[in-house]
Amino acid sequence: MNCERIETQLIAYLDGKAPAAAAREVETHLAACAACRARADEFRRLWSVLDEAPAHEASLGFDARLRRAVAAEPRPVPFAWLIPSMRAAMAVTVLVLLSVWISSAPTDVNTAMPTAKVEEEFKMIRDLPVLEDYDVLANFEVLSDLPAAKPLVQNETM
Amino acid sequence: MARSDVHLMLGVKAGDDTSFELLLQRYRTPLVNFLYRMVRDPATAEDLAQEVFLRVYRARRKYSPSAKFTTWLFRIATNVALNALRDSRHRQRDVSLDEPGDEERPALDVPDGQPSAVERMVASGRAALIRRAILALPEKQRAAVLLHKYHELDYDEIARILECSESALKSLLFRAYETLRVELAPLVKPGADSARAE
Repeated sequence: MNCERIETQLIAYLDGKAPAAAAREVETHLAACAACRARADEFRRLWSVLDEAPAHEASLGFDARLRRAVAAEPRPVPFAWLIPSMRAAMAVTVLVLLSVWISSAPTDVNTAMPTAKVEEEFKMIRDLPVLEDYDVLANFEVLSDLPAAKPLVQNETM
Repeated sequence: MARSDVHLMLGVKAGDDTSFELLLQRYRTPLVNFLYRMVRDPATAEDLAQEVFLRVYRARRKYSPSAKFTTWLFRIATNVALNALRDSRHRQRDVSLDEPGDEERPALDVPDGQPSAVERMVASGRAALIRRAILALPEKQRAAVLLHKYHELDYDEIARILECSESALKSLLFRAYETLRVELAPLVKPGADSARAE
């Protein structure tokens, strides 16, 4: 161990808390190094000197002041987790209203159309001029007397 | 038989005011002294100690005895002190250099051709000299010395409080004590005892 390495072990050695192997290394070095030996001696004296550092006794009102501060702290409400916050309550309300509105919206356009409008449109179709001779067209036997038409090229469609 | 710190703190967690009172009685003096030696002003030290106890009280519901109570307590105290010192440094930038400061409460910590260590000792007394030397240490070294010397915490505790490894802590302590050894040389050098007796 050299003078630099002793830095990390000297304090623990003087404390009596260095591991046995490290303590032996420190002792070996101190026996050989006058400067580190003098430093170790001065550290011991320093610790005695530091005992003279002034202390401060807490003032008479310290405890009373702290008790007042503690008493002013908000106390926890029992079962507070059951009480919903205003924001949470509003959010839930909006979600419920939204889901009700969405569920009440019609999903099938035809069934949702007003009955009166359906009847009106049926009348329009029924009264179209092209269906004037509907009774005649319904008799397909008349169509069998027509000459055969040329076969058309049929495009397959899907 | 005295209840352990953990037992008392669990009592505080359960809402027992007596347990908190016992913790206050047990740690008021050590805490006030630690903070007094960390900061310059005794009134500030008491304010900070109040803050530490309040933080302990507020954290009671989440308290879990995963570490020693003293480790937890002094970690809060160290953080509170370091924050206060940082805030004080910001405020001191606006303080006039001409404002007088008393012996125990200097306005600024600015080197200005101070008298020698021996002259200060004669003028201020040994206790004030020691206090000045400790206050002159960098904050983390100061906290390490206070926790090691005056509160006799173990290295692993101090390392947790200062958020460093044990190896780094021991180097920190060595540098701090080396600085104090030099600063307090008139009191520490061989022959200082005989000079004091005179």
